[in-house]
Formats: sequence, structure tokens, C-alpha cells
Amino acid sequence: MIKVEVDMAKCQHYGQCVFEAPDIFRLNEDDKLEYTAVADDSERANIEAAVDVCPMQAIRIVE
Amino acid sequence: MNHPVVIVGASMGGLRTAESLRRFGYLGPITVIGEEIHKPYNRPPLSKDVLANEVTHEAVAFEERAATADVNWVLGTRAVSADFEHSRVTDSDDQVHQYSVLVIATGLRSKRLSVPNGDLASRFALRTLEDAISLRAELTPGKKVVIIGGGFIGCEVAATAVKLGCKVTVVHHSAHPMLRPLGPELAKELQSRHEAMGVTFKLKRSVIDLIGSTKVEGVLLDDGTVVEADVVMEAIGSHANVEWLSGNELDRNDGVLVDSAMRVMNRAGHAFPNIFAIGDVARFTNPVFDLEPRRVEHWNIPTETAKRAASVIASYLNKTENYPAILDDKFSPLPSFWSDQYDTHLLAFGLLALADKATLVAGELSGECVFEYTRGEQLVGVCGIGMRSIVQSYRAKFS
Repeated sequence: MIKVEVDMAKCQHYGQCVFEAPDIFRLNEDDKLEYTAVADDSERANIEAAVDVCPMQAIRIVE
Repeated sequence: MNHPVVIVGASMGGLRTAESLRRFGYLGPITVIGEEIHKPYNRPPLSKDVLANEVTHEAVAFEERAATADVNWVLGTRAVSADFEHSRVTDSDDQVHQYSVLVIATGLRSKRLSVPNGDLASRFALRTLEDAISLRAELTPGKKVVIIGGGFIGCEVAATAVKLGCKVTVVHHSAHPMLRPLGPELAKELQSRHEAMGVTFKLKRSVIDLIGSTKVEGVLLDDGTVVEADVVMEAIGSHANVEWLSGNELDRNDGVLVDSAMRVMNRAGHAFPNIFAIGDVARFTNPVFDLEPRRVEHWNIPTETAKRAASVIASYLNKTENYPAILDDKFSPLPSFWSDQYDTHLLAFGLLALADKATLVAGELSGECVFEYTRGEQLVGVCGIGMRSIVQSYRAKFS
């Protein structure tokens, strides 16, 4: 399993991560980011892509 | 001994190339040559929140990852020439770097105003961390700041400077700021939001000279008016850093022409198997839009092109059987960018500037809204103020 952490103080809800890993990240009705903190290993590549494209560099994979 | 993959350019694209090489299974040596003394950092905040607060490398540095801990960083030196025939790059300290694969990731530098009385202090541009640090020191309450160029960077700096208590004037060549990418309706709306915050616009105007003896005291416009200035910030575009590649038979018309595998093309239209270009400097064809090769200066393009190049490089150097299939992979990244100006948060996908029409499809212009950008019947972009779920939903329409 992979543990994902988003620094919500940094996050500006741009939603770039949503496109890279739609099963992990989503924007809610108020356009705010929500995410699943624990994911299956099969999601690793998607989550890594989300980490890379985050404009605020707010996403981390906790190893 | 194997020569390293030499990546010239230590910005986001160079970093992502190094990281992706490891992910795609290349375990050999990697050298990254960078002109700035800093390890890679995130540039967009330099005109936004970081400029408004404290500008430090720590505030914008990319996190270093274990996989790239053994990368050889050669920083504070510039590549001055490349010899494709002998596979080597020479840097400004006269060091010669032999490579197995060369990755050109030298990006852009700010275009500067060329005027007769140009040799004055208090002129700024914004590209690097050092640029941001020196500009930030000048943005103090009451300062008269003239921004030349009303594109996204100019407008973001205008918003930040207003927030810091400066008196801001923006000189722009067309009828509205950000007109070319956004189209008249949205551009006009953003202009009025800036004006409501106290920004003065000098539109359809250009700067023909600067006024002052040792430091800038004003700018002279083409209609003869003078705008007083304590600080001049030039946001008039950028040049691709490709001069160091001269002497090689390649197409340097606007950046470096590459194929869909990010391999640099020579003038005869053949790709070099071991020379790649990525990021802002790479001119590539994107089948999402058409067959016209373009440089794309949007946020996600360095990362996307770095990954594409790294997948090909790793396969090439590891001599994997699927190399031909990897070369043939489709490469069609959807450009993406955002902009923050006061409480207005723009998010966009596509290449808005290609559009001949912008249509309001959701919300209201005075509040949150979404515009669709089309060229003929073809969707080429979407841009929203807020309403991000709707903007996001458009991504699917491009693929």
C-alpha cells in the first residue's frame, strides 16, 4: 500500500492531480480537493505523476 | 566506462528528466549542468505568492528524491557549445562533458527592452529566483511601478505589487491585457478587476525610451507621454536559449525542432538518436491540435516532455526490445496553466491562443465563469475563473 499526504496549507485546489490519479484525488462540489490517503500499489505511477504536476508541490508519498 | 546522460538545464525539465530516467530503469550516470547556482526550483510562485511573501530558495525548491541522489550536479556554469559529432558539451569553466545521450533543457530567458537610454538601474525582469529576490526588495509601499507587458506574468506581478502597496501602471501593446490568449470578453473583465484594485493601464501603447540619468525615473510612451517610475519591470516575453547549439546541423528557428520522441531533428529532417530537447525550448507537434510544431510555455510541458524523452532514452541505452514501439508511442500532452491575480483564480487547458472564438459556457462574467475556445469547429482550449470542476470535465473532451 502507498500512503499519500497533501499539505492542505499549500494546496490551492488546482486539480492537476485529479487528472493524473482520478481514483485518488477529486474536487468536491465546492471545488476543494479531497483525496484517498491510502492507495493500492497499482496506483503508484499515477500518484507519482500527480506529485510531479502539482503546481504547489503539496503532494507527498510517504514511504 | 559509459559516458553519462548529460542534461543541460537544471530547472524543472532537467530534474524531471533525471527522475524519469531512473523510473524507466536507466541506472547509469547522469550529469546535470545548470547556469544558476541553485538546484531546481518551482518558478510559477515567483510572480505570485512567493513574491508577495519571502523569496528564498527553500520556499520554492523541489523536493529531492532518493532515486536521483547520485546525479552529478554541475551548477553555476553554462554550456557554451555542443559538438554533436564528437558527443561532447563544453561549459563556461572550460570543462568538457562527453555524453552517451544529450538532453537539451536550457529553457528561456527574459526578453529585455532595447531603448537608447537603457543603461539605468531599477530595471527588472522576472525569470529566476535572483530576479525575484531583487524585484521583491523594490516592491515597497508607495513605489511607482511601471510594468511593461500585460501578459500573464506582467498582470500577476501587477496584482502582487498592488497587494504590497505599490502604485502600478501596466503598459501593453494591445487593447486589453492578456488579450491574445484569453479573447476580448475575458481579457476586458480581468482588466476591469485590475482597475478596481487601482492599476492604471496604458493600452495600445509601447515604450520607446526610459527617462533618468543613473536610475529609472520614468518611461516614455510612443504617444509622447511620460509615466513616472521608481521601478520598471519588463514582462515582454522570452528568448529560447539555443545559441550554444550553433555549429550543428539542426533547426533552431524557434527553439529546437524535435520529433514525437523528443529527438532533435537535423535540417534534413532526420532525428539524432541520442540528442533530445525538452521543456520550453522544444518545438514539437501535438496531434491534440494539428500538425504544426510549436514551443509551448505552459506549466506541465517540461514534465510531460521530460517523461516522454526519458522513456525513449532509457529504452535506447538499455537496448530494450520494445524500443521501436516506444518510439512510435503517441505523444499528445494537453497543455495546462493557471494564474492568480487578487481573488481571481484562472485555470486553463489547451492552447487558447489558437482559438478564433471564445464562448461563455457557464457562470457569469462578473463572477465565476467558464469560456470555451474554438478554432472553427475544433475545441482548442477551456479557461475558467473558479468553477474548476467544470473546467476539469473538459479534459476528457480533448482525448
